[in-house]
Amino acid sequence: MTALETSGTGTVPAAGAAAPAAGGALGQPVSDHPRRARLRLWGELALFLGPALALFLTFVVYPVISAARYSLYQWNGVEQFEDADFIGLENYARALFGGTDEATKSAFTTAYAEPFQAAFSHTIGILVLSIVIQLPLGLLIALVLNRRFPGRSAVRVILFAPYVLSEVIAGTMWLIIFDPNGVATELMNAVGLHPPAGGWLEDQTWGFWVVFFIITWKYIGLAVILFLAGLSGVPQELQDAAAIDGASWWQTQWRINIPLIGPTIRIWVFLSLIGSIQLFDMVWVLNQGGTTGQYSTIATYMMQIGFFRNDWGFGSAIAVIMFMLSFVVAVFYVLFVLRRDNSDAPRKVKRA
Amino acid sequence: MTHFRRAGAMVAFASSAALLLTACSSDSEPEGSENPDTTSSAASGDSDAPVTLTWWHNGVAGDTGENSLGDYWDKVAADYTAEHPNVTIEIEQIQNEDLQRTRIPTALQSGDAPDIFQQWGGGELAAQAEAGYLMDLSEPLADDIERLGGAVAPWQADGVTYGVPFQFAVEGVWYRKSLFEQAGITEEPTTMDELSDAVQKLKDAGITPIAVGAADKWPAAHWWYNFALRSCSQDTMSTDTAALDFSNPCWLDAGTQLEDFLGTEPFQDQFMSTVAQTGATSSAGMVANGEAAMELMGQWNYFVYEGFTDGSDEAIQALHDDLDWFPMPATSSGEGDPTASMGGGDGFSCYKDAPAECADFLSYLVSDDVQRGYVEAVGGLPVAPAATDAITDPVLQEIAQTSSNAGYVQLWLDTLLGTNVGGALNDGIAAQFAGTGDAQNTVDLMTAAAATQ
Repeated sequence: MTALETSGTGTVPAAGAAAPAAGGALGQPVSDHPRRARLRLWGELALFLGPALALFLTFVVYPVISAARYSLYQWNGVEQFEDADFIGLENYARALFGGTDEATKSAFTTAYAEPFQAAFSHTIGILVLSIVIQLPLGLLIALVLNRRFPGRSAVRVILFAPYVLSEVIAGTMWLIIFDPNGVATELMNAVGLHPPAGGWLEDQTWGFWVVFFIITWKYIGLAVILFLAGLSGVPQELQDAAAIDGASWWQTQWRINIPLIGPTIRIWVFLSLIGSIQLFDMVWVLNQGGTTGQYSTIATYMMQIGFFRNDWGFGSAIAVIMFMLSFVVAVFYVLFVLRRDNSDAPRKVKRA
Repeated sequence: MTHFRRAGAMVAFASSAALLLTACSSDSEPEGSENPDTTSSAASGDSDAPVTLTWWHNGVAGDTGENSLGDYWDKVAADYTAEHPNVTIEIEQIQNEDLQRTRIPTALQSGDAPDIFQQWGGGELAAQAEAGYLMDLSEPLADDIERLGGAVAPWQADGVTYGVPFQFAVEGVWYRKSLFEQAGITEEPTTMDELSDAVQKLKDAGITPIAVGAADKWPAAHWWYNFALRSCSQDTMSTDTAALDFSNPCWLDAGTQLEDFLGTEPFQDQFMSTVAQTGATSSAGMVANGEAAMELMGQWNYFVYEGFTDGSDEAIQALHDDLDWFPMPATSSGEGDPTASMGGGDGFSCYKDAPAECADFLSYLVSDDVQRGYVEAVGGLPVAPAATDAITDPVLQEIAQTSSNAGYVQLWLDTLLGTNVGGALNDGIAAQFAGTGDAQNTVDLMTAAAATQ
């Protein structure tokens, strides 16, 4: 398995071989004037990186820092920010355990900490379930679609179609399907079953699962397409060799195809993790996380409390918590999981 | 609160063009000409210096492309600038929620706000006033405030007037006469017991008694507001909502009464999934299509119901013939005035740095003639008492009558309490409807939100 996997990343040495050549071009300028060359290098860097960097600083870094600043204040978003009260980390305390003030602690726990915990657990639930359910499902579909059969392209297109639809259109469509008098209810009635008592989305236990079903429907296409792309890179010779050795279809998948698309799977898991933490648009269109927040996510709760309740400081604190969560998960994943895919190339460059 | 507007983009464009022409042509008038029309108290000193007023309002074209409100405001601006050649009015029409939630707050923050902007009153106005964004209109509009009467109260904070309403109306229960007849109900319910009887009769006849758009939260919340109106005395109502103190047992009682009412199962199946106004399965759609007998709503729903017809005059007439209205019934207990009504409206404020002409224009906007024109053009309910004679529709006349007969009219509680506490209240009531929270939880959520501000 390990041996195969290394050969699976067969393009890596080639890239590594190309890298020293490029590095040499930078380190040993063709020009006779090293200073002018360095100046040119900086000029090129400024020209190509500058605009992107300026946009990144203005629209990503600055808002992140602003949100961190707002999160330390009690601010209603109406008064000028200069008039807002500085309350330190109280907004974070309110979100996490109801605040430090004993007089309001129990009230804040019910009103703020519990809805936040609910939103947090829904987000983590979607994150875990995405890996546990969407990964095997996507893999299975991709493996099946990797075989040749009549109508394969049509099935691929149909599976990928939901991913191309905009979230708002897809969400509205599902709202209509899951309407109390909608298609889903009629189907259930037709087969003699009862739809959930509180309504598909509004039922306290069904709501979350219905939303998870919709999310899976929406995003499984991306997983399948990515895995299919990975599978098309697996050399046919290996499959033929396995077939000659008498391996069954299932053995071929398990021992050759799946290990060889490991890097693709790991990248998909990364995208899925970040996407789950930041999940907003689809859930928002589906009635803003539910009338009682039964399928709220951290992002929809942030929107509700910050934007619609004008509790900007608290909303910013939620935003910072969400940012930290994404950041920690991303750093952890890149350091410990994606490392095996990335680390080879730079090491070889250094050796060269 | 969502309002339903209809009108024509082409007409709007034509009116805007007319407005521009008026503005241009009036420039050519001789400078020194005396303006006998300048009767306002606000016009002080150099009334001839050119002034530009920017005006943001929520009169946008609806699904049908009609925009009767936007068109009427264009006409009002054109008429005013014709009389005041030195004034130019630049109008921007912005969708209601965008205007209220995004555009106005951002503009006020930036310090570059429009001179005249939509103002919904209550807690939001109080917060803007406290931040010092609003012009004090008490002096320049003193005569108008007296003429308009009590409806101005939601546009005041600490006794200072920061805005004026052009529309104000009470809410009540809309119902289908034919469905009432079918169920054998002969009288409009005047007490909660009678309402419960009617609900039972409708259920026996296999008719959904009441539709509520609980997925939007506020339509459900209005039931609680009305129970609170019956439970709490007028004094408690005004003192507690100002102090944000909800320890008086009457607030808890409102929730308990709601729970009792919910226990009689008066609403349609799966009401938590029903929205208020969008689509045939919305609560308004149910009533318009005769699938539910009643709905508690403001006067705007008259026009929302019309939107579910095919738009022909006959269809609208048929709907009007079968649609009637009664005020929220009285409860058997409580300290509240049984004739008091919940209500709300729309108004305008001037930005603190706006020119003095802003106040003068608002004075013109709420004058009796302009208010009368508003009734005729838009079909809304005016604030000026003298303009009520322009209402011709019998149902709207009844609503206006209920307004003027009411012991007092209480502004929507979510608007009154402001977005934060008001939002917490609506969340709590939605939880009561969904069965996940009780009466105490609603009061607790309000109290917690109040403690954060």
